[in-house]
Amino acid sequence: MDINKKIVDDFVANDVSFITTVPCKQLAGVIDEVEAREGIYHIPSNKEDEGMGLCAGAFMGGKRPAIIMQNTAIGVTINTLATLIQYYRMPLPMLISYRGELREPVACQVEMAVHTKALLAQMNIPTYHFHWQRDVEEFDNILKYTFMCNKPVAILTDANFWGGYGDQ
Amino acid sequence: MIRSEILREIAPVIRDQLVVCNIGLPSQELHMIDDQPTNFYMLGTMGLSSSIGLGLALAQDKTVISIDGDGSVLTNLGTLPTIANNVADNYILLIIDNGSYGSTGDQPTYAGKKTSLAAVASACGCDNVIEVQDRDLPPVLQKAIDDRKMTVIVCKCDSGNIKLPVITKDPVVIRDRFMNAVAS
Repeated sequence: MDINKKIVDDFVANDVSFITTVPCKQLAGVIDEVEAREGIYHIPSNKEDEGMGLCAGAFMGGKRPAIIMQNTAIGVTINTLATLIQYYRMPLPMLISYRGELREPVACQVEMAVHTKALLAQMNIPTYHFHWQRDVEEFDNILKYTFMCNKPVAILTDANFWGGYGDQ
Repeated sequence: MIRSEILREIAPVIRDQLVVCNIGLPSQELHMIDDQPTNFYMLGTMGLSSSIGLGLALAQDKTVISIDGDGSVLTNLGTLPTIANNVADNYILLIIDNGSYGSTGDQPTYAGKKTSLAAVASACGCDNVIEVQDRDLPPVLQKAIDDRKMTVIVCKCDSGNIKLPVITKDPVVIRDRFMNAVAS
């Protein structure tokens, strides 16, 4: 199964047509797929809170948005999640690379990984963790859930899900 | 002129446009001067007026004016390359540059010192950047609306605030009213 294609197929099937991204090595394939796909406006952002502002505007303009980013960004988007996305009650699927989990080669990434789920829980953000490739089968349901409840929803995707970094 | 005087001057110009208004005193002033369903008031999240406005402009065809401040643009300086590289000809970024953080007590910003936001916007690749003095803004803003070319306007003015009440409208009401105006 091509998980990059499956993820973007699900975005398209759920009418998500405005996607902002901040890159991560794990996300390179899915970002390429977003960029290549007709019917999706791909707008890279320089920082994740900026990206959430873009998504908020696109939502109010009638588009279904999404953000693709790394879990380190939770550290810079707490205020935006609380005072914009949650306060104004907007839906926002957040496809997040979960750096610092199993099969992570870079030690520093673990430092934010250990806070990631706790911060999301503190924010009352529904959170899903994709560890096996088959977990992607839930993605379609998660998108439907997000736009049903008008909340930010986190999908954490770890290195094992993306296939790891080779021999480790 | 101070910001509230500028907002009074441009209220007739922006009344029929979609406006995303910056957090704090700018939103409170616009709300008091000329509350419209086409106004989206930011109650939090400093720095994102330009980003919200750009996302809105890219998602639909009506003209969108983001009213921002020099301090807020400095907070989210990465917005300018994003604007430059995602041209939306229905988008105007109006930076009211009074050289200070007005809502927090008029502490000076770097835009009031050596940093030129107009030069920064140009260097970021924004094509139509206009720096204008406060009293000259209304016709410049009207022309930007009429031209339908993405424009960044930096309006230089004095720092200073008026006393006025906070916005007590519920955020979901503000957002719902605004979305109905966008869709109408």
